[in-house]
Amino acid sequence: MEFFFEVLIGGLLAGVMYALVAIGFVLIYKASGVFNFAQGAMVLFSALTFVSLLERGVPFWLAFVISLAAMALMAVLVERVVLRPLVNRSPITLFMATLGLSYVIEGFAQALWGAQVHGLELGISDEPLELGGMLLSQFDIFAALTAASLVLLLSWLFNKTRLGLALRAVADDPLAALAVGIRLQRVWVVVWTVAGFVGLVAGLLWGARLGVQFSLSLVVLKALPVLIIGGFTSISGAIVGGLIIGASEKLAEVYLGPFIGSGIENWFPYVLALLFLLVRPAGLFGERAIERV
Amino acid sequence: MFYREAGQFSTRYAQDRRVFALRQDRHGLAALLLVAFVVVPWLGNDYWFSAILIPFLVLSLAGLGLNLLTGYAGQLSLGSAAFMAVGAFATYNFEVRVAGLPLLLSIVLGGLSAALVAVLFGLPSLRIKGFYLLVSTLAAQFFVTWALTRFSWFSNHSASGVISAPPLEVLGLNLDSPAGRYLLTLTIVVVLFWLGKNLVRSELGRNWMAVRDMDAAAAVIGIELAKTKLLAFAISGFYLGIAGALWAFAYLGTVEPHGFDLNRSFQILFIIIIGGLGSLLGNFLGAAFIVLFPVLLSNLVALLPGGLVDAGQVENLQKIIFGALIILFLIKEPEGLARLWQRFRQRARLWPLRY
Amino acid sequence: MIQTAATHLLELNNISLSFKGVKAITDISFRVAEGEICALIGPNGAGKSSLLNVISGVYQAQEGHIRFDRHQRRRQRAHDAAVQGIARTFQNIALFKGMSVLDNVLTGRNLKRRSSWIEQALGIGRARAEDDRQREAAERVIEFLHLQPWRDVPVGKLPYGLQKRVELARALAAEPRLLLLDEPMAGMNAEEKQQMSRFIVDINRELGTTVVLIEHDIGVVMGISNHVVVLDYGRKIGDGSPEAVRQDPEVISAYLGTRH
Repeated sequence: MEFFFEVLIGGLLAGVMYALVAIGFVLIYKASGVFNFAQGAMVLFSALTFVSLLERGVPFWLAFVISLAAMALMAVLVERVVLRPLVNRSPITLFMATLGLSYVIEGFAQALWGAQVHGLELGISDEPLELGGMLLSQFDIFAALTAASLVLLLSWLFNKTRLGLALRAVADDPLAALAVGIRLQRVWVVVWTVAGFVGLVAGLLWGARLGVQFSLSLVVLKALPVLIIGGFTSISGAIVGGLIIGASEKLAEVYLGPFIGSGIENWFPYVLALLFLLVRPAGLFGERAIERV
Repeated sequence: MFYREAGQFSTRYAQDRRVFALRQDRHGLAALLLVAFVVVPWLGNDYWFSAILIPFLVLSLAGLGLNLLTGYAGQLSLGSAAFMAVGAFATYNFEVRVAGLPLLLSIVLGGLSAALVAVLFGLPSLRIKGFYLLVSTLAAQFFVTWALTRFSWFSNHSASGVISAPPLEVLGLNLDSPAGRYLLTLTIVVVLFWLGKNLVRSELGRNWMAVRDMDAAAAVIGIELAKTKLLAFAISGFYLGIAGALWAFAYLGTVEPHGFDLNRSFQILFIIIIGGLGSLLGNFLGAAFIVLFPVLLSNLVALLPGGLVDAGQVENLQKIIFGALIILFLIKEPEGLARLWQRFRQRARLWPLRY
Repeated sequence: MIQTAATHLLELNNISLSFKGVKAITDISFRVAEGEICALIGPNGAGKSSLLNVISGVYQAQEGHIRFDRHQRRRQRAHDAAVQGIARTFQNIALFKGMSVLDNVLTGRNLKRRSSWIEQALGIGRARAEDDRQREAAERVIEFLHLQPWRDVPVGKLPYGLQKRVELARALAAEPRLLLLDEPMAGMNAEEKQQMSRFIVDINRELGTTVVLIEHDIGVVMGISNHVVVLDYGRKIGDGSPEAVRQDPEVISAYLGTRH
C-alpha cells in the first residue's frame, strides 16, 4: 500500500511541474486567445540563457534577471511581429503561427548555444527524504513548494491588484477593455512576461531534473492534455489537470507497464485527455462555447 | 498576349467541369506527363531520382492526404506521420507474411489499414471540434509509434527493429533501380492525384468544405456530419498510408518507426500551409519547397566566404527560415504558394497589359 | 383553392422550449396551410428564431409536438427535417464562405444525390449524368434569383444583400415543401426589400412552396403574407389574416403600439 502512495505522490509532484508549465499556457491563452505552441521553445530558450550565463560565472540572481529580461524582450517581439498581424484570424491559424515561431526560437537557441545537454545545479540535494514510511524526492518537494508559492503570488496578482483587474478585463473582452481605456499592448506584454517568468521557473526546475536540453520542448507538449482536462482558461484548472496527468501517468507506467510495455507515459496523457474530452468537451473548469446560429 | 483565351467556350456542363478549361493548359499537362513518364527516366541520373524526385513525389502525396483532411474538411491533424507509419508497416507485413501477394495489392492493403486506424482516431471528431481535436491525432501519433516499436511482431521480430524493404516487383518487372522506383512512385502518385481531383470536386468534396466552413449549417441542409468527417479521416488515412509505404519502400529502402515521428507530422503540415490549404497544386509546390530548400540552402552557404556560416549551423538556419516562412505565409498569403501561382497566372494572362 | 384541415402542411401543438430554466417558448400552437405565406412577427426576444429552430430541428422542444406533412415528431434532428423537405435561411448568414455561389447552391442539393462517393471519385456509373442534372437544377435556381453574374465568385466576397440571396438560393435548391426564412430582409434598403419580396412571392406562386418567414417590416408582412402569427414573450398573442391581426387590440398594445 505504501508503494502505491509513494508512486502516487511522486506522480503528484511531477504533476505540479506540469501544472507550472500549463499555467504559462493559460496566461497566454487568457490574454491573447492563442494556444502558444512556442511556449516550450521559449521556456527552453530562457533556461538555456540562464544556464549559459551561469556557466560563464554570472551570479545566480543576475542571471535570473537577465533571462527574464530576455523573455520579456521576446514577448514584445512576438506580439509585434506575429500576433498583431494575425489578430482576428482563426485559432487554428494562430496555433500554426506559434508552431512556426517555435521552430524559429528553437533554431536560434540551438544556433547560439549548441545542442548538447547543459547540467543545471540548483543546490537542492537529490537525496530521498523519508516521510511516513515513504521515500520522497527532496527535489520534487522543493518544486512543489515553489509552484505553490508561485500560484499564490499569481492569485494575488490577478485578484488583488489593478493590473490583475486589467488582465482579467482583457481576457474577458478585449474590445470592451479598449473602450474603458485599458492599453491592450501593455497588458499583453505584461502577461507574456509573467508567463515568461512562470516559464523560466518551470524551465529551471525541469532543467535541473532532466538537464537543459531539447526534449524540454516535448515536456511542454504534455501541457496540452493538462489544459484539456483543466480547461484552457483556468489556473486552478491547470493545477488540477497537472496533478491528474502527473499522477495517472506515473501510476499507469508502474501498474500497467509490466503488462503492456514500458514507455506508456509517452501516449497515456493524450489518450486520457481524449477520453476526458469525449465526456466533457470543455474540460473541468473551461467555458462551454455556445454556438449561435 | 501569348496565352490566348478568347474563343474557348464550354457548351456542355461536363466541359465546364474540367480542371483545365483552356486548351493550352490541357496540352501543357499532357506534355508534362509525357516528360515525367518518358523523358525523365531516360535522362535522369540516380541522384536526382533518389534524393529529389522520389521524396518530392511521396511528400506531395502525403501533403494531399493531409490536405483532404485539414485543408478541405477542416479537421486539424498532427498525426499524419503515424498514419504513414501504419501504411508502411502494414504493407511490409502483408508482403512478408502473405505469400504471393502482388506488391500493388500489398500497398493498397497498407493504405486500407492506415485508413482504419485513421477512422479510429477520427471518431472523437464527432464530438470534439476545432482546436481540441488536436489531442486525438497527437494521441495517434504517440501511440502508433510506441506500438510499432514496442511490439516486435510488426517488424517481423528483427533484432534491431529496423527492417529492409522487400524487392519491388510489379507484374514481373523488377523496379529496384532508381529509375524503376521513380516510375512506380510516379504512377501511383498520378493515379491517386487523379482520384483526389475527382473527389474534391464531387459532392463529398463540397460536403467536406461545408463542414469546414460551418458545420452547423451543413447539418441543417442535410449533410451527414458523421459520415462526412469519418470519410475524410478514412480517405486521408488511405493516402497517407500509401505515401508511408512508398516512403519506406521506394525512397528509404527500410521501414522504421523513427522516421515517422512528430517532426514528420509537422513537416507535412508545413507542406500544406506553404503550398496552400485546400489546393491540389499546392501539395506539389509545398513538397518541392520542402525538398529543394535544404539543398539550395547548403549550396548557397557553400558559396559564402568560408567560415561565415558553420556547416553545423545550416540546419539551425534552415529551422529558423522555415519557421519564419510559415509565419510569413500565414500573415501574407494564407492560401500559400498555390495562390501566389494563381496570381502570377492572372497577370500573365493580361501581359503586357496591367489589368 | 379549397383548404380543408387535411391540407395543413405544418402543425405545431403546444410547443414549449426552455434553455436551462429560461422559457423561450410557452405552449404555442398554430397551423400553416400548404401553399401559404405565413409571417411570424413579434418584438425582439419573443422567441421567433427559436421557434424556427424547433421546426427545423436545430433545437428540441421539451413539450408538445410538431406534425409536418405525415410525420409527427417532438424531437427531430436537423438532418431529418431536411430529408422531409424543410429548408431554411438564417438570421446571420450561414453560407460556406470558402466556396463559390454555384458550389453553395449545389450543396443545397446534396440530398438529391443517388450515386455514392466512390462512383463519383471514379467517374463511373450514374455519377456523370447526375453531375449534369445537379448542375442543371442549380442553374435553374440561380437563374430564378438572378445570380448568374456571380456564379463563380467566392461567397465571402459578395455584398451582404447578395449573400442573403445566395442563402435563399441554397435553400431553394433543395426543392423544399416548406421554406423557413429568418429575417430575409434584415439590413436591406427599400429597393432590396422590394426585390426580395418579389422573389419570395414568386417562389410561393410559381413553385408552390409554403413559406414561413420572420420579418420586422410590417409593410412587407401585410403586403405578402396570407397568414400572420404574433409572438410576445414566447407566447402566441395573435393568429389570423393580416387584416384581423392588425386590428387585434392585444397585438396592437404589445407590438404595434397604441394609438393616441
